[in-house]
Amino acid sequence: MVTALKRYVLERELLYLFLNSKVAIIAAIIATLTIGSALLAPWIASTDPYDLKSFDLLDSLYAPAWTDEGDERFLLGTDDQGRDLLSAILYGTRLSLLVGVLSITFAGLLGVTTGLLAGYYGGWLDTIIMRIADVQLSLPAILTALLIDGIARGILPRESHDNLMIVVLTVAIGLSLWVNFARTARASTLVERNREYVQAAVIMGMHPIRIMFTQILPNIMGPIMVILTVDLAVAILLEATLSFLGVGVPPNQPSLGTLIRTGTEYLFSGEWWIVLFPSLMLIILIIAVNVLGDFLRDALNPRLR
Amino acid sequence: MLRFISRRLLQSVFVMLAVSLLAFVLFRFVGDPIAQMVGQETSIEDQERLRDSMGLNDPVITQYTRFVTNLVTGEFGYSYRTRQPIGEMILDRMPATLELGAVSLLISLIVGIPAGIYTALRRDGFIANSLLIVTLIGVSVPTFVIGIFLIYVFGVQLGWLPTFGRGDVVALGWWKTGFLTLDSLRSLLLPALTLGIYQLTLTMRLVRSEMQEVLKTDYIKFATARGINKRTLHFNHALRNTLVPVVTIIGLQFGGIIAFSIVTESVYQWPGMGLLFLDSIRYVDIPVMSVYLVLIALMFVIINLIVDLLYFVIDPRVRLSSRGGSH
Repeated sequence: MVTALKRYVLERELLYLFLNSKVAIIAAIIATLTIGSALLAPWIASTDPYDLKSFDLLDSLYAPAWTDEGDERFLLGTDDQGRDLLSAILYGTRLSLLVGVLSITFAGLLGVTTGLLAGYYGGWLDTIIMRIADVQLSLPAILTALLIDGIARGILPRESHDNLMIVVLTVAIGLSLWVNFARTARASTLVERNREYVQAAVIMGMHPIRIMFTQILPNIMGPIMVILTVDLAVAILLEATLSFLGVGVPPNQPSLGTLIRTGTEYLFSGEWWIVLFPSLMLIILIIAVNVLGDFLRDALNPRLR
Repeated sequence: MLRFISRRLLQSVFVMLAVSLLAFVLFRFVGDPIAQMVGQETSIEDQERLRDSMGLNDPVITQYTRFVTNLVTGEFGYSYRTRQPIGEMILDRMPATLELGAVSLLISLIVGIPAGIYTALRRDGFIANSLLIVTLIGVSVPTFVIGIFLIYVFGVQLGWLPTFGRGDVVALGWWKTGFLTLDSLRSLLLPALTLGIYQLTLTMRLVRSEMQEVLKTDYIKFATARGINKRTLHFNHALRNTLVPVVTIIGLQFGGIIAFSIVTESVYQWPGMGLLFLDSIRYVDIPVMSVYLVLIALMFVIINLIVDLLYFVIDPRVRLSSRGGSH
């Protein structure tokens, strides 16, 4: 897959286009910085916001360090529990990214597999898969995710909720985003399967599954990469929204959405920083991913060039 | 035409059956209905008797048929949490969501379509570029952050507008409308704006890209070569073909608005269906969840059906292909 990707990059002069687009480079730098700092959170952050012993309720609701009521120990202030907000944001971004990447991987695997199968075999399999996709596409992703989240809450015992929430979120978000992948993979497969190299593989007696994954898949990676990037932003947004609504990750492991949710409770009494900084982080992250997605889409669509 | 319509109707019925099956499985097998209804002190024999009298021991097929019949006749059952009939709960909340959705859809179309056309025609102008940056922000900033921001600026700092609930509503029969008093209109403004901004950017981006595609087609190039004046070209020839997909957008957007109203209603504590659904998820109130699912699906199916029929009226290509019988 890596070699296929490399070939794709060279073929389409993606690198050339990338180096000539200032916006894309800036977005890539910002994305690398945010993602990098989030991944390195355990080493950069001054405290561990998941460790109850590392923060003190007496330190709660400090304003950012540069204001009059600030404390120099806490650059961006503290939240209602006395957590250092900067550390909480770094760990929160890590969690948001983790859920985003996991769920988009899940959605991609499910969608591409079903799309390949539907496009290659056609017939009743195609009809069934695409009918399910149609039904689901008529419901917006957030609704599907909320619904699966709610079902999981009903099935799972209450005690294990908090531990399993990340898995539940991944499945909920993944299941609400697979349709895009399936439809794209199917459409491209329909075109590719009539090409000569596929016919050659069939004549050689290659197993259909092997044809799909080793022959067709590398040739339809372009459009799938675009959806992967664009929908990563959607996945991060969904996680933040679910957590903000109070049905996402548990409060003792705050993600960006959870931090913003806590922050709104203090907004009216003037503690603006708990809302502001996590929101900014979230927005920067999503804009960076969106810009990269837009760039990929434009670069891979020859009609717009 | 008739064949096309009957085909689409059949599809819609199929979708509704699938959704109702899902809702039934949800209602019947996620958690035990009896355990939710009675307390710990009820004896096992009493529980069994209740189970029998409610028909929970009947074959699953019979139960499903009864479930669907109940839904069709408007018997939605009772909420586990409030013990109220679900039909009444939803009817009570529906006007709030529909009014909020209609106003935000209006905002998104009135601003979004002209802005989309403008940015497609003036690709490199200053205003067009600034508008595009604004849409990037609109797509990237989550609805709830926009809501919090608007609350902070207009509610907390300036104190101009209410940020909580619907204000004084007027009851017209069972429909409680917020369009008739100044207080409720003021309450409507911030939530509608919050919900509308995201949809607005979507409308604008879609109209822009459709218009750009149309402007690149051969018939437009040909018309340009013939020297037809720009205004006629853009607004008569290009716009007409741009607006065909826009009809679909409006349909899909109304769905999106209903879904995202969950978020907006949560931020503003707007007493609509979205808030009801969110509460049912938080408290695992399965009957409310499954009824909401069926009603929302029904709403979507109807919208999609209308969109498809409109397509049939607007786009001659669809008409031709269905007459040819290939689809």
